[in-house]
Amino acid sequence: MLKIKKCDLAALFARISENNDLYLPVKTAGKTNFAAWDETADVDLDTLKTVKSPKDAFFPQSENLYTCNKQDGKTSITPEKLREEPFVLFGIRACDVRAIDVLDRVFLSDPVDSYYAARREHGIIVSYACHAPETSCFCKVFGIDAAAPEGDVVTWMVNGELYWDAKTEKGALLTAQIRDLLTDGDAAVVETEQAAIRAIVEKLPNSSLSLDGWGAEAAKTRFDSPVWEQLYKPCLACGTCTFVCPTCQCYDIKDYNTGSGVQRYRCWDSCMYSDFTMMAHGNNRTSQMQRFRQRFLHKLAYYPANNDGMFSCVGCGRCVDKCPSHLNIVKVIKAFEKEGV
Amino acid sequence: MQELINRAKSLLESGEVSRVLGWRKGETDWDVEPAFFNSAEELSEFIYNGFCGANLSKYMIEASKLEGKTLVFLKPCDTYSFNQLCKEHRVDREKAYIIGVGCKGKLKIENIDAAGILEVRGAGYPDASEILTVKTLYGDREVSYKSAMLERCHVCKGKEHMVYDERMGESADTSDADRFAEVAKIEAMSPEEKFAFFQSELSKCIRCNACRNVCPACSCRKCVFDSTKFDSAQKANTTSFEEKMFHIIRAFHVAGRCTDCGECSRVCPQGIPLHLFNRKFIKDINALYGDYQAGADTDSKGPLTDFRLDDCEPSIVTKRG
Amino acid sequence: MPINHEEFRPTIVAFCCNWCSYAGADLAGSSRLAYPADVKIIRVPCSCRVNPMFILRAFEKGADGVILCGCHPGDCHYSTGNYYARRRMTLLFSMLDYLGVENGRTRVEWVSAAEGVKFSETMNSFVEKVRSLGPNVRLGDLRCKN
Repeated sequence: MLKIKKCDLAALFARISENNDLYLPVKTAGKTNFAAWDETADVDLDTLKTVKSPKDAFFPQSENLYTCNKQDGKTSITPEKLREEPFVLFGIRACDVRAIDVLDRVFLSDPVDSYYAARREHGIIVSYACHAPETSCFCKVFGIDAAAPEGDVVTWMVNGELYWDAKTEKGALLTAQIRDLLTDGDAAVVETEQAAIRAIVEKLPNSSLSLDGWGAEAAKTRFDSPVWEQLYKPCLACGTCTFVCPTCQCYDIKDYNTGSGVQRYRCWDSCMYSDFTMMAHGNNRTSQMQRFRQRFLHKLAYYPANNDGMFSCVGCGRCVDKCPSHLNIVKVIKAFEKEGV
Repeated sequence: MQELINRAKSLLESGEVSRVLGWRKGETDWDVEPAFFNSAEELSEFIYNGFCGANLSKYMIEASKLEGKTLVFLKPCDTYSFNQLCKEHRVDREKAYIIGVGCKGKLKIENIDAAGILEVRGAGYPDASEILTVKTLYGDREVSYKSAMLERCHVCKGKEHMVYDERMGESADTSDADRFAEVAKIEAMSPEEKFAFFQSELSKCIRCNACRNVCPACSCRKCVFDSTKFDSAQKANTTSFEEKMFHIIRAFHVAGRCTDCGECSRVCPQGIPLHLFNRKFIKDINALYGDYQAGADTDSKGPLTDFRLDDCEPSIVTKRG
Repeated sequence: MPINHEEFRPTIVAFCCNWCSYAGADLAGSSRLAYPADVKIIRVPCSCRVNPMFILRAFEKGADGVILCGCHPGDCHYSTGNYYARRRMTLLFSMLDYLGVENGRTRVEWVSAAEGVKFSETMNSFVEKVRSLGPNVRLGDLRCKN
């Protein structure tokens, strides 16, 4: 266990960024999101949840895939370069680290997504424990420990000092680059803090949410439930929940006409949108109820069916905070619990 | 609140209305959701409190297609949106039974959080001038009511309902700011400063379309940004031009029809002050074509569907500097 | 790299009403009146046909300046189209100015079919204005600039 004073973090960030691109929570125009670090960045480790999750670092909201150009009657195709330089993602919370595991099972299973895989290979995850979990958090439901996140390096902030614990080979390599800035820390201090965090998590209203009835089976048992018809009504069909979600992984691939060629890019898609999975014959989900149901069954039934029962919700609670109509996965789970179906 | 429920029950029972459009209780006081209630039984979940900021008039588009009348609760500012939708023939006045419900300013949970008050469970509902008592997991906390209000309540349009069948509850005018002060501040900036300001705000945009979907004036059956045949379709593109284009067109399309209900700014997950776009158009319209409040009536011509022979030329933009 | 304004040749998109300015452009041409070849004319049935999206799209795809030419107020082929266009463009240009886009990049000019000279003079002065502002960097799509 190593540590560094909070006031020395700027030096730590500067050192890390000598050899790596560094992404961390930065406050811009009043809101905190993951962004590239530079000396002028307003680093914000206090905000529990960034508006957008850090999944952008591995799976950007939009990215170019390749460019076609036509010149003198010849067409050339230039694929976008894959990530080759190392980067550090600092300050990810426990739920968001688990979310990367959810994404891995999609993008790293056959056929492997080379853009994603390159970023995963070169990305180093420095996670950060949640010292003040909030009402909207329910990570415990999915077996996530806010006091002990996964990651290449795990950090805790206790009494103005950042405790640093490398967990993997990648983490050890990063630690070696900055070793002289760190001093030895007492693991017992972290353990005390962990106990305090776990005590708060126990008290959170949604920590005891029951997932009974969800899982692969729910695709059959809950698909035709009348509850969906009740639940979806306030849904505005915006994409807020899907775009702030750390595990939503659906994307669309589109072409952009640059005037001299075509850029093929991919961008996040939302199952809440009317053209989601649009095909030549039209759209296979024609009502907002169906789109709404798709989102929750994907997280709680379809994904578990394909991934050994693992849910693709990590309980970060962003949708709880951000839905304009205050609909969210917690309300869905509770509504089914109440109906007993 | 019980009076509202009782009244709704009696209207349902008498058959005057077939359903009720209001707000449903959530886990806490602040996560209330817009909801339809079909029976007296369901109304036990009805709630009306300081967090019922959602403007229900847009839901009346769907409700107008249903059998029978819908009882809808509208706050004074919501009635402007309802009127505007009537004018555009998007809702049917005959299908609505409107209870003009009292409003003394609505709260924004983010503002309470920003004051360092976390784990909010509920709040009192005093007059806007008073102190708000917030119930939290850690006991009661206090914050000034005004600092917890939605942005739009600081520029309240007044306590009068523009359209209603009956009124219940008291309203108060909570305005304490100049509606166009922020716009004027930006207008006074240099082009570089203006550009930098909007660039930093719009760079947060995640193209979730919440601002568009919540807007009562955005009621096209098919939005141009939903077209699959169009470069600037609804999803985020790889350059920043996208966001500018989307937000200019979104605001322009509602120019002259926007009642300044402030829903766009309320719902933005990134806290982008979207009302600054709409209010710029309103300010220009007022200055160039005469004061106009969309939704104040159902028969006036909107400023962009009207003209005068002696209107100013577009070069006025350059001339006024 | 500093921009050399002497060498910079702006791309200008001119939306011209079929009934007046487009004929005005024709007259300018047949009268051998010069205006820069960088002006790309798009013929529209009426100035009122131009919606704000057209203007923004022109900038997106690489225009450095956009000008809209229509019939003089009172002379619209459809009686009142240009009056509506006038209000729309006023509001749009004001919004672009508000967003920090240099306001010399947009213009509306009324040019009749008989005004070949005015058409040529308008285009010359507009191109000169945009040239002085330099390339449009605030309202374009980077992908179209390569």
